[in-house]
Amino acid sequence: METATHPVEPKANYLNVDYTVKSWLLTTDHKRIALLFLGSITLFFFIGGFFAMLIRLNLLTPAGDLVLADTYNKLFTMHGIVMIFLFLIPSVPAVFGNFVLPMMIGAKDLAFPRLNLASWYIFMLGASFVLYAILTGGMDTGWTFYTPYATTYSNTNVITAALGVFIIGFSSIFTGLNFIVTVHRMRAPGMTWGRLPLFIWAHYATSVIMVLGTPVLAITLVLVALERAFHIGIFDARLGGDPLLFQHLFWFYSHPAVYIMILPSMGVISEVVACFARKRPFGYEFIAMSSVAIAVLGFLVWAHHMFVAGISIYAALIFSLLSFFVAIPSAVKVFNWTATLYKGSITLDTPMLYVFAFIGLFTIGGLTGLFLAAVGLDLHVHDTYFVVAHFHYIMVGGAVTGFLCALHFWWPKMTGKMYPESFARLSAVLVFLGFNLTFFPQFLLGYLGMPRRYHAYPPEFQVLNVLSTAGASILAVGFLLPMIYFVWSLQYGKDAGPNPFRAAGLEWMTPSPPPTFNFDETPVVTWEAYNYDEIDAPKKGVEVAG
Amino acid sequence: MTRSMRPKRGLKLPDSELAVHNLRHHFADLEQQSATAKFGMWIFLVTEIMFFGGLFASYLIYRLSYYNAWVAGSQTMEIKYGTANTAVLICSSLTMVMAVHWSKLGSRKLTALFLILTLVLGIVFLGVKAVEYHEHWVHHEVPGPNFHFEHTGNYDPRHVSIFFSLYFAMTGMHALHMVIGAGLLTWLLIANGLGRFSPEYNSPVELVGLYWHFVDIIWIYLFPLLYLISHHHPGG
Repeated sequence: METATHPVEPKANYLNVDYTVKSWLLTTDHKRIALLFLGSITLFFFIGGFFAMLIRLNLLTPAGDLVLADTYNKLFTMHGIVMIFLFLIPSVPAVFGNFVLPMMIGAKDLAFPRLNLASWYIFMLGASFVLYAILTGGMDTGWTFYTPYATTYSNTNVITAALGVFIIGFSSIFTGLNFIVTVHRMRAPGMTWGRLPLFIWAHYATSVIMVLGTPVLAITLVLVALERAFHIGIFDARLGGDPLLFQHLFWFYSHPAVYIMILPSMGVISEVVACFARKRPFGYEFIAMSSVAIAVLGFLVWAHHMFVAGISIYAALIFSLLSFFVAIPSAVKVFNWTATLYKGSITLDTPMLYVFAFIGLFTIGGLTGLFLAAVGLDLHVHDTYFVVAHFHYIMVGGAVTGFLCALHFWWPKMTGKMYPESFARLSAVLVFLGFNLTFFPQFLLGYLGMPRRYHAYPPEFQVLNVLSTAGASILAVGFLLPMIYFVWSLQYGKDAGPNPFRAAGLEWMTPSPPPTFNFDETPVVTWEAYNYDEIDAPKKGVEVAG
Repeated sequence: MTRSMRPKRGLKLPDSELAVHNLRHHFADLEQQSATAKFGMWIFLVTEIMFFGGLFASYLIYRLSYYNAWVAGSQTMEIKYGTANTAVLICSSLTMVMAVHWSKLGSRKLTALFLILTLVLGIVFLGVKAVEYHEHWVHHEVPGPNFHFEHTGNYDPRHVSIFFSLYFAMTGMHALHMVIGAGLLTWLLIANGLGRFSPEYNSPVELVGLYWHFVDIIWIYLFPLLYLISHHHPGG
């Protein structure tokens, strides 16, 4: 082993350029900031998951023997707030958007690198407010902060938690702003809008929602805090205020927020399905425009959360119709991914397993969304486990699956190391099986009438609840495994090389891990996106993977 | 890396070198950098519109629901304060434009003069607002246990309390933006004094200018909605 006695000096990259703590805490490198986000949100994911496990364990028995009813209310609230605001909202955009978006368009960094770092600090500040609220007694309003309970009656840390979510909102706004400006102004020569990877289109649409929606949530939470602190009467019916106004303002953000969580994962799927089917995605323009369409339509459907809250039946019918429209761009995506597979040279590497999981689970989640968009059916299943199952199929089956897909796909790029493929495939299968076992019974429970947010239930629902809890345990193993083998791979993983999956895209044309400024010189793009036929062509034509 | 590329504070450099020092590593040239910064500021202002939009929407909904109470609340506003403040803010927008203009032409002295004028006008606005808030407090018009409203018409005085809640939320948020603007102006004054700006590099002045005008425009909508709109209405 001569190489062991004469170690070769490794090429400078964004990781080995400086090892000090200060160089991480003051970095403006989008790739390092992405890793800061990855570490933080992974921690929050497991905190949120811990609350989920306690919920599932409590529901093993009809009497809810594990925790008191009040504690149970706090558990589902903290699970929701942590998972949505501390994990799902930042997940794919703040980690993978941050890491690969500038590289995909051939830029050295995001447009505003210091704002990007500020975005992480703001996120951590908001997160510490939320964690403080949790550690000092928690909150029990549900993640939705519905008035008048949140403003008048709850005796828990509502203001601290709302303040935390308010602060986190600005992190999200700044990330979105940074992405929009970057895509407009920082593209490399030749990287036209029609050549942008679909991941970029998805993030562009997501950013528009972040920028337009989040400020409304911010002002709403300010009003909630004012109402709770000073009883100003805006949401208090005793003073003539309107609790429904809160729901309108809240869902004006929080329904589009669902698309903040799912669109980036859809962008991931578009990248990965093309790579492992060795084909340009079928109907590139349609997939790109469906992202934009989802962003626009997403702003026009919020009141479908309020069909039973006392809105006018005509408003309900219009919002119902508009909600059905969202199915069109969503279906365009699913059909186009499926059509991309047709006659593709498919390999079942781990990212591709997650793609299949995503397409199947998202389809079930989306179709049951149509049930809920229908006013008549919604009256029956509103606030039951049917709704819980539906949005977990979107949020976990869709968004988290997409996150894991992205993590496996870009991990070699981020670290320069390969993960162990067999363990990764095993965990993908465990996630898929565990997920379905956890949440499919909840569709049945909801349809049979088990309401959500109750700590006890009639004995006839026990079998399905036990199945669900069993599934959650498998799911937990599926989530813990990657934690272990990803950390393992940092030390023992095989070197990945610049492009282990022979994928198209500028991010694969630079070493892994990439140098601090991503490219040694600014790339000039002369080819269309997803030129897999050129990449796979036997040694002729343009040299692209250099 | 980027910090060390900047000139040391107070260090005098010819304009062209200063411009190179202000180019951050990831841009091709100053033109791209300045266009990017401006674009970012416009997007930020869009988020501000959405932020205030939630308040304006609430205002509109309650005005439609509790019209008579709204008229009564609006008629207690002192138009003289509102008008004076409107004039002050419009003048401050003018002085802000002049500051941007002179920073583009490279006159540090005139830039400083107009920044100071803008800052003074901003502080005058906040002073008038403070006097007005004090009068509301004295007249028991602040929502809460102290709130008391002599009602003479066909409305519920509790609904006037909602009017005042929104009045304080809207003007308070606006005042908060003014305070932040005053902080930004102070920062610009210091940077200008240290010779950081030049005809090639003055985007911070321009961006703060955009922000300042935006805050003015919010007031231009608040003034008629809160003070003027129901003033000659016979009331409920």
